[in-house]
Amino acid sequence: MEPFISLKSNAVPLVQDNIDTDQIIPARFLARPRDDDHGINFFRDLRFDANGQEIPEFPLNRPNWRDARIILGGRNFACGSSRENAVWALHGWGARAVIAPSFGDIFAINAVKNGVLPIMLSADAVSALMAATIADPEAVIAIDFPEQTVTAPDGTVHRFEIDPFAKRSLLEGLDELAFTMTHEEDIAAFERRFGRDNF
Amino acid sequence: MTQHTRPEPLTMFDKIWMRHRVLEREDGQVLLYVDRHFIHDGTAPAFEMLRKRGAAPRAPERIFATPDHYAPTDTRQSAEIANAEYRGMVESLERNAAEFGIRHFGLQDGQQGIVHVIGPETGLSQPGMLLVCGDSHTSTHGALGALAFGIGMTEVAHVLATQCLWQRRPRNMRITVEGALGFGVTAKDVILHIIATIGTAGATGCVIEYAGSAIRGLSMEGRLTLCNMSIEAGARAGMVAPDEKTFAYLAEKQYAPKGAEWDAALARWRALPSDPGAQFDHEVMIDAASIAPMVTWGNSPQDALPADGVIPDPMHQDDPARRQAMEDCFAYMGLSAGMPVTELRLDRVFIGSCTNGRIEDLRAAAAIAKDGKVAAGVMAWVVPGSAPVKRQAEAEGLDAIFKEAGFEWREAGCSMCLGTNGEIGRPGQRIASTSNRNFRGRQGAGGRTHLMSPAMAAAAALAGHIVDIRRVQGAA
Repeated sequence: MEPFISLKSNAVPLVQDNIDTDQIIPARFLARPRDDDHGINFFRDLRFDANGQEIPEFPLNRPNWRDARIILGGRNFACGSSRENAVWALHGWGARAVIAPSFGDIFAINAVKNGVLPIMLSADAVSALMAATIADPEAVIAIDFPEQTVTAPDGTVHRFEIDPFAKRSLLEGLDELAFTMTHEEDIAAFERRFGRDNF
Repeated sequence: MTQHTRPEPLTMFDKIWMRHRVLEREDGQVLLYVDRHFIHDGTAPAFEMLRKRGAAPRAPERIFATPDHYAPTDTRQSAEIANAEYRGMVESLERNAAEFGIRHFGLQDGQQGIVHVIGPETGLSQPGMLLVCGDSHTSTHGALGALAFGIGMTEVAHVLATQCLWQRRPRNMRITVEGALGFGVTAKDVILHIIATIGTAGATGCVIEYAGSAIRGLSMEGRLTLCNMSIEAGARAGMVAPDEKTFAYLAEKQYAPKGAEWDAALARWRALPSDPGAQFDHEVMIDAASIAPMVTWGNSPQDALPADGVIPDPMHQDDPARRQAMEDCFAYMGLSAGMPVTELRLDRVFIGSCTNGRIEDLRAAAAIAKDGKVAAGVMAWVVPGSAPVKRQAEAEGLDAIFKEAGFEWREAGCSMCLGTNGEIGRPGQRIASTSNRNFRGRQGAGGRTHLMSPAMAAAAALAGHIVDIRRVQGAA
């Protein structure tokens, strides 16, 4: 997994609450192999019309936001289906962090396992970031991951929380499965103790 | 750690959590041992992740596979799946299962079905177990008194390789529904009412225990429907304490313990319910009598209202962003404020899914379907949740009732719930659906989904528009 250290970028605002993972990547693209470019299908049906033409009003299609690497989301961002393809699509499109007041639980778990940082800030802080970004699409937001801070374009600093292990994993690009494998003895001991009595 | 002279009263969740705890990490996350890992035909990427590191499933005897997401419902021959990608998904599951010695309930197996239907139905899902599956509706299995998490693909690969899953301890929420359910009110209506009450993020970060006399009064299949949609309230899992109904449901099932093992299991299961005085982080009380037959109008499961209700008015929204979101939703769904939901005319009806594709659901739909014909211009499908559900329905003559009324009787699979197998509506089509999500485009780009119970969906198919089941003659 690629490490996440820090990021300075403008941000694209997706203001609606409860954006679900069916919006982020429609189900008809889920059979694509992991190594495909899923970025092309990120918000596919909101970005493109039925003829494959870009919908110019959709924020991801605005010229100033095409290269944004931060997404600003509404409450309960990426709720619904567990499809990890939602993170693959977001990452493939070029985003590396999402800042929102809250996330669908499974999405947030999937994100950190794919080098994408989900940052929870207060609804007021996210609204202010959205307003700044809408006023100036080039406005830069700075994420200092080691310090766990987001600096708004006006200099306001917001601190965010993250699990220490998830932080270490993202900072070092650590592989969780490899880490768990180092505890093979613990798992084997558990299995001996647990036995077959749940069968 | 503080030493206690008396044991703390524990929730059912606490008991299952502690029993499966392998170790705890520096950040408080716990490595949990997984009793049962269900996998479906979307699991190919996890096997690829495994192969890339030369790993193999640690405990194949704890893994069970079935094709459902990409299963065609017009044939049982994978070779007949026209779309090469979909066919590849079904076939790769079969190949991976064979390679690693995983029990695979294939298309022609006779036990194939939606993974959340066949887990309980085979007796693989049992009280006190920790179950996972790479699907958010894994919460279904909690109806048996199990702790069941939906997980992502990287986590699926992790569980395949280690039989364990890292989890941050969720908060406990208890939702108590007391009293008697009204006429025409089913488990589906109860859960839609709950989601409309607490919101689609109302239980984020929580495991829900459903309690109260109305929940105890639900059949096992009703409880499965209830727990299924816990994720639609944001919950990590949903559960119901096991009771005599649970034990009667499981007795004699293929994978249920037998003989002395059954007696031992029963003793363990009887100790599972939350102790008196156990503390929950959140408590929600709901009066069963306040629950009506429900229909969703919008693009979130929380957009649910009683079947005799009218479409709400965006002008009553103070927050401009929410007003705008509602107006966008109205444009997508073809709605106008103040319109009675019963005036919404339908193009398609879908009865099935892991939410409402079980035998009791089909019986309830057939009881309505036997009195009429599907309205002109409506395409109505019944898709059993599993091959055994289909056989049982056919033994009871339900298939004949559906076909006589003009419904299509299909093979088992997820089908139109999410359309991964290509079974979708056309843009603009309005669909009455017994599934779990009314997200924009969920049942096909431009599709307009209204969620409801099986009897309501059957009645809507006959009428050609949404109906209030309480106004249908002969409704149970």
